[in-house]
Amino acid sequence: MPEGAPDLGTMNVVVCVKQIPDPADPGALDPTTKTLKRDGKLILDESDSYGVEMALQLVAAAGGGEVSLVSMAPNNEVSGIRTALAMGAASAILVSDPALKGTDALGTAKVLAAAIARKSPDLVIAATESSDGYTGTVPAQIAEILGLPSVTFAKSVAIEGGVAKVQRQTEAGYDEVECPLPALVSVTAGVVEPRYPSFKGIMAAKSKPVDMLTVADLGIDAGRVGWAGGGQEIVDIVAAPARQAGEKFEDDGTAHERIIAFLENLKIL
Amino acid sequence: MGLSKVWVFGEAADGKVATITLEILAKARELSDDVTVIYGGGDAPAIAATLGAHGATSVLATGDLGGGLLGVAVASALAAVIAAGDGPAAILLGTTQDGRDVAGRLSVKIDAPVITNVVDLELAGDKIVGTEPVFGGVTNVKTTFTTDKPQIVLVRPKSFAAEPSGGAPAAVGVLAVPDLGATGGAKVTSRFVEEATGPKLDEAAVVVSGGRGLGESGNYALIETLAKLLKAAPGASRAIVDAGWVPYSYQVGQTGKVVKPSVYLAAGISGATQHLVGMKGSKNIIAINKDGEAPIFGVADLGIVGDVHKVLPKLIEALQARG
Ligand SMILES: Cc1cc2nc3c(=O)[nH]c(=O)nc-3n(C[C@H](O)[C@H](O)[C@H](O)COP(=O)(O)OP(=O)(O)OC[C@H]3O[C@@H](n4cnc5c(N)ncnc54)[C@H](O)[C@@H]3O)c2cc1C
Ligand SMILES: Nc1ncnc2c1ncn2[C@@H]1O[C@H](COP(=O)(O)O)[C@@H](O)[C@H]1O
Repeated sequence: MPEGAPDLGTMNVVVCVKQIPDPADPGALDPTTKTLKRDGKLILDESDSYGVEMALQLVAAAGGGEVSLVSMAPNNEVSGIRTALAMGAASAILVSDPALKGTDALGTAKVLAAAIARKSPDLVIAATESSDGYTGTVPAQIAEILGLPSVTFAKSVAIEGGVAKVQRQTEAGYDEVECPLPALVSVTAGVVEPRYPSFKGIMAAKSKPVDMLTVADLGIDAGRVGWAGGGQEIVDIVAAPARQAGEKFEDDGTAHERIIAFLENLKIL
Repeated sequence: MGLSKVWVFGEAADGKVATITLEILAKARELSDDVTVIYGGGDAPAIAATLGAHGATSVLATGDLGGGLLGVAVASALAAVIAAGDGPAAILLGTTQDGRDVAGRLSVKIDAPVITNVVDLELAGDKIVGTEPVFGGVTNVKTTFTTDKPQIVLVRPKSFAAEPSGGAPAAVGVLAVPDLGATGGAKVTSRFVEEATGPKLDEAAVVVSGGRGLGESGNYALIETLAKLLKAAPGASRAIVDAGWVPYSYQVGQTGKVVKPSVYLAAGISGATQHLVGMKGSKNIIAINKDGEAPIFGVADLGIVGDVHKVLPKLIEALQARG
């Protein structure tokens, strides 16, 4: 077995879980600070619910070990974390700090990596991209900071003898990839079916430990994160040119004729 | 004028350069006279002519990676070139699996930010200003760099039109990959190509997509039949990709393909913002949905409030009758 590989029979997984505003109630950009306004409750990003489920399944398959969570969010927000704990994760680290306001993907990765390092996991799981930020770079950045190999865009993951066997989505199909642990894997949506928290799970989640940390607790210089640490700035926010809706008809049994006329008009037919 | 030197992360499969690479090259050559394609793989000589014809002056290629994943190898190689003082003013990559890996790893190695999801970019002095759509494309955010590091930019597919410049074949040079240590541990052991017939989704002039409104997996055959009759590529919403009706390669949207055909027909698709960002740029949009309030109608040139199970069979029959 390669060095650093876990003992057979236990497997510790850290899942990155982002807490985001409810997509059903989309936020707005604050015109003065030019950041996403995040008032109100945050929920577990659906993208990460797949990672949590994947981690729970892998730990169960290994026959032991623990799923823990890391999240970076403003205002000590835990509602999304509680959802993931209710699914079955054992504990969480939440990094929350006013200094993090305006932190970009690289800064986020620095913070999450420092939190993950405290757990020395066998496997780190993130989603391919978050629902609200979708930079899709945080997972590779975390892996690089931690010096780990990574397989992004995983649509299936199995662990055999300290090696992750991953099907990695490609343009044309998928690649079968083998990666020694410890490693980072980012999973696509639909990879597994996330379980609904049971009532018992929801009750248990209330007393599971959530470690609240600040940037200083992680030994990160506040100047390397937040607005100042970003190295990029928003210079303008403009309305995109809107697409005008055209004609709309109730189908009266002749809709197909209208479609054909439309296509003929465009010389498609 | 412009930037001193620009790198473009190049992608290709089976000796054919990816469309996204040609799209980015069209923009890159506006930004700089010195455009180098960065390529992870052994077949650079096979693509050097195409790259040159689209404006690349040279190609730096790693050579065969022996199954090692591209992202970490290319990022490490680039970081070494930058550390040696030969870095570019900007690095443009496609928002693809490998493009994101390269950008993410490299940003850590050179401690520089990435501007992501860019659909347009311009220069303000020697700084790139990228335009990123948010909220499903209703708002555009313009972002620029405040550091003097190489400017890493991830460009979304279909943002620029691929167009040849008529340049000579690009000169092929070597991009040395340093020892990757543990980070290089992942290896591709085999590759699977999902069977695809007909025109490619992101290149077809007509795209016919189906969503959850089709009701069940077997009904996707309606979409395939219609696509064949219209010489179109079949596409899908994520709902039915996740449900396993069709492979991921059919998915249109934020996490799938971006398509800009002359006609896009959406059948039984609600028009969630993540779907819209993948097809809103189509020249003409036809939507069939039984819910007159479905958001897809907000972008449709021809909206049919109706049942796909009634409209599609009649449409297919009528097209078949035309022969
Ligand atoms: C991070 C993230 C990324 C995403 N990326 C993508 C992406 O790339 N692509 C994508 O498509 N989605 C994406 N989604 C999902 C997206 O939010 C929607 O859930 C999805 O697009 C819905 O698919 P749908 O329209 O097929 O299904 P639904 O939203 O369920 O809509 C089905 C529609 O069919 C209509 N209908 C039902 N029966 C009939 C009938 N008999 N005849 C006619 N109409 C009927 C209904 O009125 C309804 O409007 C993403 C989501 C997240 C969170
Ligand atoms: N603030 C955060 N807290 C926890 N995980 C995060 C955070 N931001 C990003 N991630 C993880 O990284 C993934 C990709 O995010 P992004 O690069 O923003 O698209 C997310 O789906 C999460 O798994």
